[in-house]
Amino acid sequence: MRNPTATRLLFEMSESGRGTVVFPESDVPDVSGVPVPGVEHLAAGLLPLPELAEPDVVRHFVNLSTLNMSVDSHFYPLGSCTMKYNPKRHERLARLPQAVASHPYQQESQIQGLLSVLYELQGMLAEISGLPGVSLHPAAGAQGELTALLTAAAYFRHRGEQRTRVLFPASAHGTNPASAALAGFECVQLSGGRDGFVDLSELRAQLDERAAVFMVTNPNTLGLFEKDIATIAAMLHEVGGLVYIDGANMNAILGRTRPGDFGGDMMHYNVHKTFTGPHGAGGPGAGPIAVRDFLAPFLPAPVVTFDAARNWYSLMVPEHSIGRMRTFFGNVGILLRGYCYIRTLGGRGLREASDCAVLNANYLLSQVRDFLDVPHGNRCMHEFVASAKRLKEQTGVTAMDIAKRLLDYGFHAPTVYFPLVVEEALMMEPTETESLATLDAFAAALRQICSEPAELVKGAPHSTAVCRPDEVNAARKPVLCWSAEC
Amino acid sequence: MAYLFDTPEQRQRMLAAIGAASVDELFQQIPVSLQLGRELALPGAVSELELEQDLQRRLGQAGGGGVCFLGGGVYDHYIPAVVDELTSRGEFYTAYTPYQAEASQGTLQAFYEYQTLISQLSGMEVSNASLYEGGTAVSEAVFMAMRVNGRDGRVVVAGSLHPEYRQVLRTYFSRLGTEIVEVPAVDGVVSVESCRAALTAETTAVVLQQPNFFGCLEDIGGLTAAAHAAGALAILAFDPISPGLLKRPGDYGVDIAVAEGQPLGTPLQFGGPLLGVFTCRSEYVRKMPGRLIGRTVDRRGRECFVLNLQAREQHIRRDKATSNICTNQGLLALRATVFLSVVGPRGLRQMAELSHAKARYAAERLTSLPGVVLKFERAFFREFVLETPRPATEVLRLLSDRGFNVGPELSRFGGSLGAGLERCFLVALTEKRTRAEIDALVSALGDVLGS
Amino acid sequence: MDPETLRFAKTHEWVSVTGDVATVGITDFAVRLLTDIVYLSLPKVGKVYRPGQAMGEVESVKAVSDIYAPVAGEVLEVNGGLPDQLQLLSESPFERAWIVKLRMSDAGDLQQLLSRAQYLQHCGE
Repeated sequence: MRNPTATRLLFEMSESGRGTVVFPESDVPDVSGVPVPGVEHLAAGLLPLPELAEPDVVRHFVNLSTLNMSVDSHFYPLGSCTMKYNPKRHERLARLPQAVASHPYQQESQIQGLLSVLYELQGMLAEISGLPGVSLHPAAGAQGELTALLTAAAYFRHRGEQRTRVLFPASAHGTNPASAALAGFECVQLSGGRDGFVDLSELRAQLDERAAVFMVTNPNTLGLFEKDIATIAAMLHEVGGLVYIDGANMNAILGRTRPGDFGGDMMHYNVHKTFTGPHGAGGPGAGPIAVRDFLAPFLPAPVVTFDAARNWYSLMVPEHSIGRMRTFFGNVGILLRGYCYIRTLGGRGLREASDCAVLNANYLLSQVRDFLDVPHGNRCMHEFVASAKRLKEQTGVTAMDIAKRLLDYGFHAPTVYFPLVVEEALMMEPTETESLATLDAFAAALRQICSEPAELVKGAPHSTAVCRPDEVNAARKPVLCWSAEC
Repeated sequence: MAYLFDTPEQRQRMLAAIGAASVDELFQQIPVSLQLGRELALPGAVSELELEQDLQRRLGQAGGGGVCFLGGGVYDHYIPAVVDELTSRGEFYTAYTPYQAEASQGTLQAFYEYQTLISQLSGMEVSNASLYEGGTAVSEAVFMAMRVNGRDGRVVVAGSLHPEYRQVLRTYFSRLGTEIVEVPAVDGVVSVESCRAALTAETTAVVLQQPNFFGCLEDIGGLTAAAHAAGALAILAFDPISPGLLKRPGDYGVDIAVAEGQPLGTPLQFGGPLLGVFTCRSEYVRKMPGRLIGRTVDRRGRECFVLNLQAREQHIRRDKATSNICTNQGLLALRATVFLSVVGPRGLRQMAELSHAKARYAAERLTSLPGVVLKFERAFFREFVLETPRPATEVLRLLSDRGFNVGPELSRFGGSLGAGLERCFLVALTEKRTRAEIDALVSALGDVLGS
Repeated sequence: MDPETLRFAKTHEWVSVTGDVATVGITDFAVRLLTDIVYLSLPKVGKVYRPGQAMGEVESVKAVSDIYAPVAGEVLEVNGGLPDQLQLLSESPFERAWIVKLRMSDAGDLQQLLSRAQYLQHCGE
């Protein structure tokens, strides 16, 4: 039941004099022996924050939460995001005292348990990737990409090599070129073949001694395994370059193949995708990287090591470390949830997860392909990209319209308009934690939508609290902050 | 156990619909030579009970059971129960980036409220919806300053800025040819004259911190004026509890203000995930990194919220994006929103005043011990640097054996804070520390030094 | 302004020349590609550009595109009213929605540009 008074803005609910948290009176006397801040440092008055009563705050946020779709409440087939079930046991375990209350500058003797968990996780990620040098430091996948590129750059500099170019396919996630530009590289985008794969002759034409890294997602963002990946890696290695695997799609290949085995030299994981770190309405994530052992000395600091003789875990700085990418160790809270997931599944369980993710995606593909084009064939890995291009030509209904209409049927939309290489793209990733019944219901809804009158679909969503926000006006005159004058 | 659903019979039906004989057939896309061919060498699967028993054994004791006086960027502040309660709702924490606005008004409105609260807290005109943490927020601020004033050769950084923030800056700019000039702190602060001397016509910005890493209060007004006189932007890393007592970044007239937002309702978690706060002047809004939530109306004129100015972000602008950030710290921003809602301006003032009073009391009592001095005779907020006759690493280890977690020692950061600091360490106080705990710390330090 | 008399860059800028002054805007094709334009940033008067150098930006909800200098020159004047009247870009892209006037340093740069017919062919590709 909707409660519109509770979802007014906090600032509209504020009443002067309300307050809810009361701290105890100070139990220490004033002292005069230490310097006092001068008046030039002091605040002018009370902050203009809203004054709210706790019961109102609770009602407000509880009601706001009901305006969201989430994995806990709806099927959420967002391609490239792996919206799988977030196990609740992780929430309890991540709140264990040493995990939640350890300060980063705590004495090492007090955090041995936590360091042992992080050390184990390093090893697990090395085994799953086939790449031995692991850093848990990056805060998210994009930062993992940047970290790996800087690591590669340091390696090349150490060898006295001047390499200026990073190459990637046009289907790459936008963070790839963005990270490469931040790392000071020239970005070279490859169009790729019509079949959706990397075009080997196009790649060969662009490779020379300036090539530093080729960044590729495998399976790629069309949900297809790059069958020539070993050849691609050989081509890069031949000119002295390295291969970076964007690990966003690891959910397709856990226990089946490993980036280190198919030619990758570096990769990042998205713990908030593959390993069930909760998506948190946009974050936090964790983006650990794994690299070949010749790159390990350049990894960022700190890394966990274990001294078997003393039975002691500690933090160390790799010999030629690129330094820090962020403060403190890493997103430990999220890493811990990933650890719990990997322990819960074990090696066999991870493979079962991938098996089922791939089975579910192929099944969904088989159910939609007679009414929605799937340009790149009848088989996929853990996700596939359909196109509403023909529907748009026939009826004017676009991928965006389909996405909005799905909300009326109680499903979150798939990813739309990505990858850029498919027109009117709908990228669907069901994940393994969904039942056959859910997949059938989703396919049926899509089938229905594709035959509904265009005005009905273009007018969607009809059942949500709001419908088609005016993004043009928002971008012309941004209003990013409430103010008393509004 | 992988949280799966399907029965063998259902699998067969699905394979039949696909037209495949087995699941293995679906993996034929992977060349045989690349297939792993064995099980991953990982510990065997464990049940929920076993995992809990194992982790209880390893993580069940908090920090040796000691009292926290640790500082240096993250602090043991109080988190009201409401914060955990509300942010544990699955509708918040299992949702993702609000690309479909109609299915995400809860998230979007909460972030709009977050942006507003941070703006009110900082006195700055506009805030984004979070970056990773304080260190990268400083680096992103410098990138932004370069976009604003077109200078990319040089940045001036206070030597009193958190050493880890400076390390991050160096890593981020290591390949870009930017000169990073550090102005050393003298007696705990950076002087306006030394800052002025370091500024040139090519300097994009000056990066300052208030309170600084030592806990000392800087002359931000004077330093900002010096920056502006040289055509550089003033970037301030501020403490998010301090506006309860002290002047806000906006009140000093800085151009970009960033913070480590952890004190606003996020637990320590050994340093992550944290909350990168990023604010600036509204005229710079199109050059800001990170996500921005804007207010607009829908087709029927109803007020609603939406991801705004996405054209700047990586998924559209790619190599010309304002940043490479995609996933941010959404849930931690939500925690900060609930925290500020429930604490309010009076609660925040209490937190700041209590932290301040306790820090002052602790400083006075600790310096009453023979040979223990305040390293910098300057006004401070929430933490201060103590110097004792013995090496800091030794003192801190002995204190922790006695149940008091104090620090960090300044020598931990190499020479980046100056020379001759081997006997110096930080002591931080929050509203949580009681007089009894402080008196006990004094007594323990007395024992350690006396022995 | 008759588009037939203009020269075009492959990056969708048009140029109209009077003496040594080049008036520059973006084409109707570019405006249609961008769809709803939300923002325009203009270069500063006095700044000097090489051909192909980015001198401003045009932003829609979906994309941000650079506006490239089609010829080398110094910025004499910018259409200051345009950012607040973005609808002119669709209503009058070749006339009232001019963006920049450059004093050309080398009229020879015009030879590198396309005729209307060549430009339309380029767009068709």
